[in-house]
Amino acid sequence: MSDENLIRMANQIAAFFRTQPGGDASAKVAEHLRNFWAPGMRRQLQEIALKDGSGLDAIAVEAASGGLGLPRVTV
Amino acid sequence: MKDIIIPWDDRDLGTPPRTGAPVTLTVDGFDVTVPEGTSVMRAAALAGIEVPKLCATDSLEAFGSCRLCVVEIEGRRGTPASCTTPVAPGMIVRTQSDRIRHLRRGVMELYISDHPLDCLTCAANGDCELQDMAGAVGLRDVRYDAAPQVANHFAPRDSSGEANPRWLPKDESNPYFTFDPAKCIVCSRCVRACEEVQGTFALTIAGRGFDSVVAAGEAGDNFLTSDCVSCGACVQACPTATLQENSVIELGVPQRSVITTCAYCGVGCNFKAELNGDQLVRMVPWKHGKANHGHSCVKGRFAYGYAQHQDRILSPMIRDSIDEPWREVGWDEALTFAARRLRGLQETHGRGSIGVITSSRCTNEEAYLVQKLARAVFGNNNTDTCARVCHSPTGYGLGQAFGTSAGTQDFDSVDHADVVMVIGANPTDAHPVFASRMKKRLREGAKLIVIDPRRIDLVKSPHVAAAQHLPLRPGTNVAVVTAMAHVIVTEGLANEAFIRERCDWDEFQHYAEFAADPRHSPEATAALTGVDPEALRAAARLYATGGNAAIYYGLGVTEHSQGSTTVMGIANLAMLTGNIGREGVGVNPLRGQNNVQGSCDMGSFPHELPGYRHVGLPEVRAVFEAAWGVQIDPEPGLRIPNMFDAALAGNFKGLYCQGEDILQSDPDTTHVAAALAAMDCVIVHDLFLNETANYAHVFLPGSTFLEKDGTFTNAERRINRVRKVMAPRNGFEDWEVTQMLANEMGAGWSYTHPAQIMDEIAATTPTFAGVDYDLIDRLGSVQWPCNEANPAGTPTMHVDGFVRGKGRFIVTEYIPTEERTGPRFPLLLTTGRILSQYNVGAQTRRTANTVWHDADLLEIHPHDAETRGINEGDWVKLASRAGATSLRATLTDRVSPGVVYTTFHHPDTQANVITTELSDWATNCPEYKVTAVQVSQSNGPTEWQQDYAARGERSRRIVTAAE
Ligand code: SF4
Ligand code: SF4
Ligand code: SF4
Ligand code: FES
Repeated sequence: MSDENLIRMANQIAAFFRTQPGGDASAKVAEHLRNFWAPGMRRQLQEIALKDGSGLDAIAVEAASGGLGLPRVTV
Repeated sequence: MKDIIIPWDDRDLGTPPRTGAPVTLTVDGFDVTVPEGTSVMRAAALAGIEVPKLCATDSLEAFGSCRLCVVEIEGRRGTPASCTTPVAPGMIVRTQSDRIRHLRRGVMELYISDHPLDCLTCAANGDCELQDMAGAVGLRDVRYDAAPQVANHFAPRDSSGEANPRWLPKDESNPYFTFDPAKCIVCSRCVRACEEVQGTFALTIAGRGFDSVVAAGEAGDNFLTSDCVSCGACVQACPTATLQENSVIELGVPQRSVITTCAYCGVGCNFKAELNGDQLVRMVPWKHGKANHGHSCVKGRFAYGYAQHQDRILSPMIRDSIDEPWREVGWDEALTFAARRLRGLQETHGRGSIGVITSSRCTNEEAYLVQKLARAVFGNNNTDTCARVCHSPTGYGLGQAFGTSAGTQDFDSVDHADVVMVIGANPTDAHPVFASRMKKRLREGAKLIVIDPRRIDLVKSPHVAAAQHLPLRPGTNVAVVTAMAHVIVTEGLANEAFIRERCDWDEFQHYAEFAADPRHSPEATAALTGVDPEALRAAARLYATGGNAAIYYGLGVTEHSQGSTTVMGIANLAMLTGNIGREGVGVNPLRGQNNVQGSCDMGSFPHELPGYRHVGLPEVRAVFEAAWGVQIDPEPGLRIPNMFDAALAGNFKGLYCQGEDILQSDPDTTHVAAALAAMDCVIVHDLFLNETANYAHVFLPGSTFLEKDGTFTNAERRINRVRKVMAPRNGFEDWEVTQMLANEMGAGWSYTHPAQIMDEIAATTPTFAGVDYDLIDRLGSVQWPCNEANPAGTPTMHVDGFVRGKGRFIVTEYIPTEERTGPRFPLLLTTGRILSQYNVGAQTRRTANTVWHDADLLEIHPHDAETRGINEGDWVKLASRAGATSLRATLTDRVSPGVVYTTFHHPDTQANVITTELSDWATNCPEYKVTAVQVSQSNGPTEWQQDYAARGERSRRIVTAAE
């Protein structure tokens, strides 16, 4: 799956949860991804989150760093 | 197992039912008790006594013109018409006496004197009320002679050979029915049906007295050129052969009938399929159908001919690669080929490398089996449904707000609405029978608000006019809905008592503060949305204070990058004003296809098992693991767009696609085509070699809704029975085909009837716990949730509390789509559908419905056309950053300047070449409704269209088994 597509989709999700009250946007993004994204997509997003300058929203980066319910990817 | 059809009472009781206090009267010596307001005619019929009648029928208000129904009432003078006389307590009615018989014969004699006596060769012979009544009143001779000098209206020439000026030729302009004025008795049932039932007002009685005739449209019009939408209500109402289905003229009067459900749109009309042997003669909307109450549209009633179309593929076909021609093979060979390939792909590329797409057109039982195939046989959750591309945001948005994605009402609820707000939906085209109900309520005085970029028909049609039409810029739904909430909150129109009792108060506070922010005011957002702030304020006030207010919305809400957010915004409006949890209000998603609701209910989505329960929940998996005897993958699978992306990346290789033409219906055709071409095993299970089949390796012939048993669930959660009317021409019902494929892959399933599949659904899914075929047969249909608490189903949701407990207000910040207009693509394209065609048109294009729509047209505002030098009917090129196509333009101010509109019913136009990969943030529902485009002059089809047509032709080659 293309990184570009995943980044756009994750950024859209981050943009929504950023607007929600309560302040725990990255946890909500992570929950959303765990619920709706197939593991392969989550894994790929984690890899993207590790790269600098990917264009991935900071909230999504933070969400991905929590592991998204998968074994953590490390460098 | 044999289907047992409960014999329902289909008698015509003469006048419509009433509700009121009971009144007891005596008819011919029998006591009968009926609601106040009931006619004497209906009371008599309920007592088992049929009073002769011609102008009355129980689908229409009484008219009192024929005077065949006269009766005697003790203590009243004369002989009142029983159809127009209401009952009174203690009334004593006599329906027979010498005086009455004499009067009735006199009436009949007059009618028959101006009616041709060719009953034996008449198309309505055996199905004609005039004939029946002549018999019932004992007409034996006709004293009035149609002598040359006495004018009649049925003979083309009088006996001296002179042309008869009162005679009119047949009108055969409509492809499905014929109007033969010679047989007309001017009872005006047709005119009233068109007004009262359909709401189109296409017919009038022209002329007076002896000269009156039924006329369609204005002088010079025929049925086709008039406003007639070919719903057939007039044909059904006509007591004679004057308005007659062409199929009856051709095939004779049908002798048996089966009750079933339309397979087109989400209204889910019940029909009596009327046949001779296994020859379908006509479809008559069933008067006891709870979604349609005896009405239908042109598609359900007339457009069933595709089932017999020569393009239908009846034997399985395979090919090694998509460049080869198809090879016809037996079922065994095709299924073995498919199963081996799928298993082989899993061995090489992993368990998750294959998946399924279930269809919103197939039955619940079929959808259930297809997702079971993925989960229990493939061992993954790669199952999705075409609802992905229409109402997935409804599932997410309403689920978040209320705890369930279910629409909140039944259709009858609209009869109690005082304000109807239609957002991003076009009911008169897409949900016609419901639109007729809605229009009836609007004619009774309910107020209408329309929020749509386009001036849809509802905004202004005969005797209906929107109080407010907000023609917003495509893509700004969230801003408009939030601005309405701003008005409601800041002007103190919110229903605080409701909110305190039913909703989460803290979340409401957050939301109220958010909505009250001046940046959400109609004035502040007008520049963005293009909506007049005063009109928006008026609409919000009307919605909040006009009494029972109901929202109906469609794909114009969901198919946006913020589709889910708009759905939440709509839920907020309903909660803010307390418009939820009773009749006449609610949030009503109008589902597009016949079984969108059902395919979602059946666990077609990759993240949830049947009944909307997340696949990650161990207790839910345990239920299915026990029933199926397999382990279920706890991780969500791929959604349709993810499948395509994964295919292009080389990780997704095989697809079983049932009843769904993804290549034509999904956005960004070039991308989808490339994804399909990258797969090694695409199985298309369909009626026709559809566009997707150009990229398929296996073709499994499907069966039509006439050829199988099952259930569809309509937009009001109503589970309707689909009954087998004739044997499947392809040899198997679709659930059987899925079972054969599963068993070829080692599943060991042994269903022998879809009733057993429904039993499995009921056993595993709490909202369906009480559903079985016997119950549906008994009740006619049932709305889920249907369980111990609601054994007869649930017409209205959230009556005492929300499914999730407290209703949840969700902040809905407007976030513009990435799709923006600019110098290269300065216009916004939005897409939709029209009445006579259905979805990608695979069925309706193969019927005479093409007389109303034989090509997709581009609607463009005259101003935008002028600056581009485009005239009415010109070929134009429509281009976006995704692709280009060409089609003909039509100039109209239905669309605002800057907005263009087209339909997507024809593959040669392929509007989805233009639409982009953008999608809803939460569900990946494609953003069909907003694409930045440019329109320019063109000479004809683009290169892409020519290539595409050539490729289609090449990949449809078939080598038959005999060769
Ligand atoms: S077919 Fe329907 S719309 Fe047309 S004239 Fe008859 S009732 Fe009216
Ligand atoms: S066309 Fe049929 S329904 Fe209409 S007025 Fe004539 S007889 Fe009556
Ligand atoms: S297409 Fe829809 S409205 Fe028309 S008959 Fe079928 S279910 Fe009814
Ligand atoms: S049926 Fe009563 S007047 Fe015609």
